[in-house]
Amino acid sequence: MIAAYFLLSIPLFGIIFFAFAGHKADTGLINIRLNAVSLLATLWLAVNVLNGGTLLSAQKAFLVDPFNVYLIVLTAFVGLTTSIFSSPYMAHEKELGKLNDARLKLYYSMYQGFMLAMYLVLTTNNIGVMWVAMEGATLATVLLVSLYRTPESIEAAWKYFILCGVGIAQALFGTILLYYAAVQIGDLGDSALLWSVLFEHADQLNPEILEIAFVFLLIGYGTKIGLVPLHNWLPDAHSEGPTPMSAILSGLLLNDALYAVVRNKMLVDGATHSLIAGHLMMGFGLLSFLVAVLFLHRQKDIKRLFSYSSIEHMGLMTFAFGIGGPMATFAALLHMTVHSLTKSAIFVTVGHAAQLAGTQNMSKIRGLIKTQPRIGWGLLIGTVAIAGFPPFGVFTSEFLVLLATMHSYPWLTPLLLLGIGIAFAGLFRHIQPMVYGDRPEGQMPVKANLLPVMIHLALVLWLGLAIPGFLADWFSEATVLISGSAPL
Amino acid sequence: MALSTMDIYTQAILSTAALIGLTSFLMLGQSRLLRMIFVFGLQGLLLTITTVLVAYSTDNHHLYISAGLTLALKVVFIPWMLRREVITMNMHRDVQALTNKTTIMLGGASLMVFSYYVLHPIVHTTTAVMLNALAVSLSVVLLGMLLMIAHRQAIAHVVGFMSIENGLFFAAIVATNGMPMVVELGVAFDVLVAAVLFGIFFLHIRTSIDSLDVDLLNRLHEVDK
Repeated sequence: MIAAYFLLSIPLFGIIFFAFAGHKADTGLINIRLNAVSLLATLWLAVNVLNGGTLLSAQKAFLVDPFNVYLIVLTAFVGLTTSIFSSPYMAHEKELGKLNDARLKLYYSMYQGFMLAMYLVLTTNNIGVMWVAMEGATLATVLLVSLYRTPESIEAAWKYFILCGVGIAQALFGTILLYYAAVQIGDLGDSALLWSVLFEHADQLNPEILEIAFVFLLIGYGTKIGLVPLHNWLPDAHSEGPTPMSAILSGLLLNDALYAVVRNKMLVDGATHSLIAGHLMMGFGLLSFLVAVLFLHRQKDIKRLFSYSSIEHMGLMTFAFGIGGPMATFAALLHMTVHSLTKSAIFVTVGHAAQLAGTQNMSKIRGLIKTQPRIGWGLLIGTVAIAGFPPFGVFTSEFLVLLATMHSYPWLTPLLLLGIGIAFAGLFRHIQPMVYGDRPEGQMPVKANLLPVMIHLALVLWLGLAIPGFLADWFSEATVLISGSAPL
Repeated sequence: MALSTMDIYTQAILSTAALIGLTSFLMLGQSRLLRMIFVFGLQGLLLTITTVLVAYSTDNHHLYISAGLTLALKVVFIPWMLRREVITMNMHRDVQALTNKTTIMLGGASLMVFSYYVLHPIVHTTTAVMLNALAVSLSVVLLGMLLMIAHRQAIAHVVGFMSIENGLFFAAIVATNGMPMVVELGVAFDVLVAAVLFGIFFLHIRTSIDSLDVDLLNRLHEVDK
């Protein structure tokens, strides 16, 4: 458990250090190093879980089990690769005169603040603290969305702040109701908000209160997941903030909000023994999926395009967790991993492409492969992966979701297939003219580090071809924990 | 059951619940910002009184800390910050007429009925006080949202946002005698940071659109135009 404390102390140190040290030439490098140390700490934690199973800290304040351990490693990994991308990217933005030292200081300090909030959401065993950390993640990122101080970015940040703030307040009401139900059992005392304690006593919780609580929890955290119709903030915040923010918002924040919903769903399912929570998630998930794929066609801004794609995939995951069977749960866990890896890789590439073309407007980005082949191919392969082509990992998980749907709710399969088809068309009608074609006059290659992209896409390819044994074991154990039976 | 047959504590809690609900309605129909902020401060004060009452009757010492935090944040700091903003922006003379006040007030009333309806299934597992407390706090949350929808000023949005927090806090205090200390401190910290961020945002919005009317924030669209 020392690894977990160590992990939490690194970003805490980072916030304070960056806030006081100010921005210097090597701040980006220090940020990379801090994230690298965090990744090592998470690997240490993972080895502990691999050898000793679920870890629970002394006062039961922290819990690391197979469900969250891989998300913790994933968070640290995406945090590291994004920081590798962000260092030259932000330096370039400063050269362009869009940012100054004070804002870069804020950026790096809040980058670590966001990472701290994410680690805390994942490791804490207290569902109240989970809420606090989730709100903390909003507060850390809201000033980063408006980092450029353009009227658009301030509007996006205001929307993000108000919508997510009000949304997540609903989750607090849900948490209070949950606590109210737990207090009624009696003799739990202050441990009545600890997830592991509640999970043991789940069948004693009052099912009627928990049903109401779940509605609030789903709406609350669902705002953060970007579920339709609560998704309005998401494309704005992604498109107006700096690109590294888009990568970590899409790759990490959305996943962790979904994680919070699933943790709470496990308690609710244990109490109600009905499918009501699952059906709610299926409904919201499917709606988000279908609405987002249609919106893909009508976008002009490249970052908005991919943020709608994020809504689509989060919808699919929510739907899969809602089905709730072992296969669907396994697929959703895998999809969380591969989507996070692919989408952050895409945002990194998109960031470079936008710097290259000097705009985020897709009709002005042209001839990427001719200008700078690595960016062009990176974007193309990333899009192929996210659209769900074999042999990438997204294909595997989407295929499993389809199989599970055919098994449990066969009449919903055509809708999913149709959605995947429309999404494919929506992505490629925009991407194809951008990557192929002639190089526009005066377009010059930019300094780009595409190592993070390659590593991410290689991992997604690997997960598509063969899931490593230990990871498959974690997925299986988490599936047993969530759905009650083993997959396959 | 008759009110007079209950003990003093229950009667007091029910009265503060009613008053907190009333302050929400007062804020909803208010067209002057300074008065809205004053009523918001009043709601915070009622919340502090409730917390002290619960702390005293359950002999729960950490609730005194919560009461202190509420007093400092919701009665002093946030109203002071908002008031200063209104006066610097010279908005205290503006009367901002709500376009359809009757509809909004009727909407508010139906939201209150709706809250009771939503929480009705739990009535047989709990006492009448709990049901009332939870229903009032849910309706304060919903009325806060309606306030944000009905008003166009960023200041009113912040008041709505913070009164949603008040509603949640009331539920936590009355229904469960307060959340564990660590959670309450965390929530208070979040509220404080949110208040500071709102202050920063006012500055940004003012410099970007030269007004605090959020209807002017309308550049981003769901699809291209």
